[in-house]
Amino acid sequence: MNKLLTISPSPHQHTDDSVRKIMYRVLLALVPALIWSVIYFGMDAVRVTLLAVLSCVAFEYLIQRFVMKVQTTVTDGSAALTGLLLAFNVPSNLPWWIILMGSFFAIAIAKLSFGGLGGNIFNPALVGRVFLLISFPAQMTTWPVSRMAETDAVTAATPLGILKGGVLSGRPLQELSGNLPGIDNLLLGNMGGSLGEISAALLILGGIYLLWKKIITWQIPVSILLTMAVYAGIFWLINPEKYIDPLFHILAGGAILGAIYMATDMVTSPMTGKAQLIYGIGIGIITMTIRLFGAYPEGVSFAILIMNGFTPLLNSMIKPKRFGGKQP
Amino acid sequence: MLKTFKLGGVHPPENKLSADSEIVELPLSPTVFIPVGQHIGAPATAVVKKGDQVKTGQLIARSSGFVSANVHSSVSGTVTKVDLVPDSGGYPRVGVVIKVEGDDWDDQIDTSPDLKSEISLTGPEIIEKIKEAGIVGMGGATFPTHVKLVPPRGMKFEMLLINGVECEPFLTSDNRLMIEKSDEIVVGTRLLMKAMGVDKAFIGIENNKPEAIRKMEKAVNGISGISVVPLKVKYPQGGEKQLIKAVTGREVSSGALPVSVGCLVSNVGSAFAVYEAVQKNKPLFERVVTVTGKSLRNPSNVKVRIGTPVSDLILFAGGVPEDTGKIISGGPMMGKALATSDVPVTKGTSGIVLIPEKQAARKPQLACIRCSRCTNACPMGLEPFLLMTLSENSLWERLEKEMVLDCIECGSCSFSCPASRPLLDYIRYAKAKVGQLVRSRKH
Amino acid sequence: MNAPIIYTVVTLVAIGTTAAVILYVVARKFMVYEDPRIDTVERALPGANCGGCGYAGCRAFAETCVKENNLEKLFCPVGGNEGMEEVAKILGLEAVKKDPRVAVVRCNGTCEYRPKINRYDGVMTCAIVSSVYSGETGCQYGCLGCGDCCVVCNFDAVHMNPVTGLPEVTDEKCTACGACVTACPKNLIELRKKNARERKIYVACRNEEKGGIARKACKVACIGCGKCFDVCAYDAITIGNNLAFIDSDKCKLCRKCVAVCPTDAIIEVGFPPRKIQSETAETSQVN
Repeated sequence: MNKLLTISPSPHQHTDDSVRKIMYRVLLALVPALIWSVIYFGMDAVRVTLLAVLSCVAFEYLIQRFVMKVQTTVTDGSAALTGLLLAFNVPSNLPWWIILMGSFFAIAIAKLSFGGLGGNIFNPALVGRVFLLISFPAQMTTWPVSRMAETDAVTAATPLGILKGGVLSGRPLQELSGNLPGIDNLLLGNMGGSLGEISAALLILGGIYLLWKKIITWQIPVSILLTMAVYAGIFWLINPEKYIDPLFHILAGGAILGAIYMATDMVTSPMTGKAQLIYGIGIGIITMTIRLFGAYPEGVSFAILIMNGFTPLLNSMIKPKRFGGKQP
Repeated sequence: MLKTFKLGGVHPPENKLSADSEIVELPLSPTVFIPVGQHIGAPATAVVKKGDQVKTGQLIARSSGFVSANVHSSVSGTVTKVDLVPDSGGYPRVGVVIKVEGDDWDDQIDTSPDLKSEISLTGPEIIEKIKEAGIVGMGGATFPTHVKLVPPRGMKFEMLLINGVECEPFLTSDNRLMIEKSDEIVVGTRLLMKAMGVDKAFIGIENNKPEAIRKMEKAVNGISGISVVPLKVKYPQGGEKQLIKAVTGREVSSGALPVSVGCLVSNVGSAFAVYEAVQKNKPLFERVVTVTGKSLRNPSNVKVRIGTPVSDLILFAGGVPEDTGKIISGGPMMGKALATSDVPVTKGTSGIVLIPEKQAARKPQLACIRCSRCTNACPMGLEPFLLMTLSENSLWERLEKEMVLDCIECGSCSFSCPASRPLLDYIRYAKAKVGQLVRSRKH
Repeated sequence: MNAPIIYTVVTLVAIGTTAAVILYVVARKFMVYEDPRIDTVERALPGANCGGCGYAGCRAFAETCVKENNLEKLFCPVGGNEGMEEVAKILGLEAVKKDPRVAVVRCNGTCEYRPKINRYDGVMTCAIVSSVYSGETGCQYGCLGCGDCCVVCNFDAVHMNPVTGLPEVTDEKCTACGACVTACPKNLIELRKKNARERKIYVACRNEEKGGIARKACKVACIGCGKCFDVCAYDAITIGNNLAFIDSDKCKLCRKCVAVCPTDAIIEVGFPPRKIQSETAETSQVN
């Protein structure tokens, strides 16, 4: 034989799955919600999304190529995913320079300074979003109205914003309910909000696809949403005059987007099922505490980032069940 | 619901290409090379020398310790040398080279094809016979069977498990053996039961082998104590601990032997060899090997003499295809890649798999994204990603605490990694290092 | 009006005093007497913490030096004779003089001399390759070329030569700490006596196979023919396991063995070219 045989240690078969496939599948899962955003907010949504995705990819390429001087990993799709998630988390009328700053912060500070994909402790897209929210509170909380809405208003409020404003001014819930969208509109996404968070139904659809492809586990989304429901439910049962029902809390704001797409980020979430449940419960509790008692109307981003910080601890504390029953 | 083990496991593509090809006998090669160390434990000591005439089935190397096994000539002819020859890993091993002349079997061997099902020997006599015949675990582990059959002091067997799982992709030799020699396997099972002093035996077969299940069920019909257990397909069900868990629900704890839960696991190939050794007086000198591969012309199951060069086996199945990039001895999950096909078939060779060049190369390694697929795939509940990092940093004490020695090297972690990380490479090395550490502490 | 200020001052002073008392008591109670010479010795050592002396680091070595009160069996290869001299001066002891040593890679199986017979595809560390199999070439004793020796070197002295695929030692940088010697799974690296002008003569082969088999795997393998043994006037050469070995302490660098080696397995480094010998070498290659 003139050809050399290959020698490598076993196993000699490998899965067809790859990091790239995982990333592209998550991107695919987000497409339906993106389409709805384009329908709802118009071409502005396209502008924001394209800008965020392309800038994230470009920043990653440039930094890896010229600053870190390593093999670039832009083709694995993780930078594009960060960009898309960032776009989903900002209002669709955000000025271009703010988006660029968010992308830069997400990629350069939150991701590459930790060593790139796999090294980051916090979800890059959320770090970018929270950075923008704190730096540019006015622009980040001015939501555009739908192009389909028959109104002269230039800005719309989010359901949670209306709620928070009402609670802060001490008005009872009944007075507000006329301004709040119903469950059907919440599911469909007929409400104000960030670019991608509005359509709960389409986000859940993508989530089912990810579950089927085994990219996310049920533990994180279910534990987050269930904890939120229980938390909100307790207060709702105590005082329905002041607190709104749990279903509203789950469907409004970024809970669905956060629970299915952001909290489940593999790099920044715990590994074992049990740890994932604790992580999800933590996110649920922090989110609802911020929503009900904090200054911000929405707390999903903060909750996920805080629990991201606990991930290494959860990973080292909660070990998978060993075969034979002896734990280390 | 079909039974299976609980923790971890993966589903590699089955690719059982040769499942329907009947076992055929390979014509004798002109020379054979029989290594004296084909088993775990001390290599046997050669008892023949250059120029000796040997018969088929004659003892050529005697067991040289407590954990060791006899080796018999698989052909008749003249010993041309007893020397060091490189093994599949490239390191030299002692072996006996025999030039084949005719096929003159030892007179003691009963060559009639009739089934001999009545058992006349006592337990210890059976074990002695098994020891004489040099039978080892034929699933690939090659642990001497007679050593396994005697429980350590204070322990007792409760049941025998016959491993007909064959969870490795591509391999079909056990499957064919169960289909064609089901009655013999059942007699072998009864012999093993008698040797162990138990009255219960289960034959575990994955349900992707319906014909084997049917045949075995027919063969055990009317025999008390033996039952066939169809199992849900999942790799690595053929692992000793996994099979015990799947069939009995018992878990062998870390570092313990199967006998601690009263079980003994034996491969169907070994059961068949026990039948031949005890009932027919035939030592272990031939076995069924699957020769397969996607580009191979005739994937087949071949009955082959120990010591036959692998190249002859491949030639019989149609020759090495043009696009071959890797030749594996064993299955693709746990087998060993061969540098050359000039190495001999041994007692532990369950298959020869030829992998095309395109699939032979590994994908480039990427950063770990902590997707936890390796952890979910590990049948021992370990954390391969962590073990690999610890191994890279030479933290052997930490690795010991993380129970690296529990790893069964099934390869599920490396198989499932989307970032193509060589998890098992590092873990295997860590196992060797930690093993050394533990041994040095004992002394 | 001044009350808050007074309270603050009083409280802070009280806290500070209590803490100081506790610290003092604890420091006194748990103080461990340490020979001050340990620090001095440690300062005299190179501080590379390479472990070349056989101890866990420079501190551990310094402790041992002070504790043993005898430097006979202790030597820091990095500091060398001068370093040990200084340690001896501090402790008022006698240091043993040792010839300076340098790491030498005893394999010359370059890609040209030792063709590959298979292709390895896995983790590229020598430790793992050698646990998998014997290596990419036919020689199971030779260099695997993954560079574990370069990784462990603390002194940037060992580098892989991309052309030959073998590691090369930079003599000025090598401190003979021995890290590469332990790292090499094939035991190819030896610490040999350092001669003037970086001269050395050594058998660049560890192949213990019989001559024919060794030659088949590698053109420059030592075949254990014994010609070098016969020609050596200083008893520096021993033959065992089909392999010649030159004792660097006995070798007088006469280069006779280099000339007679039929396989060019003996290597000379740092010598000026020899006219007559090089011609004969060339003619022998032509033949």
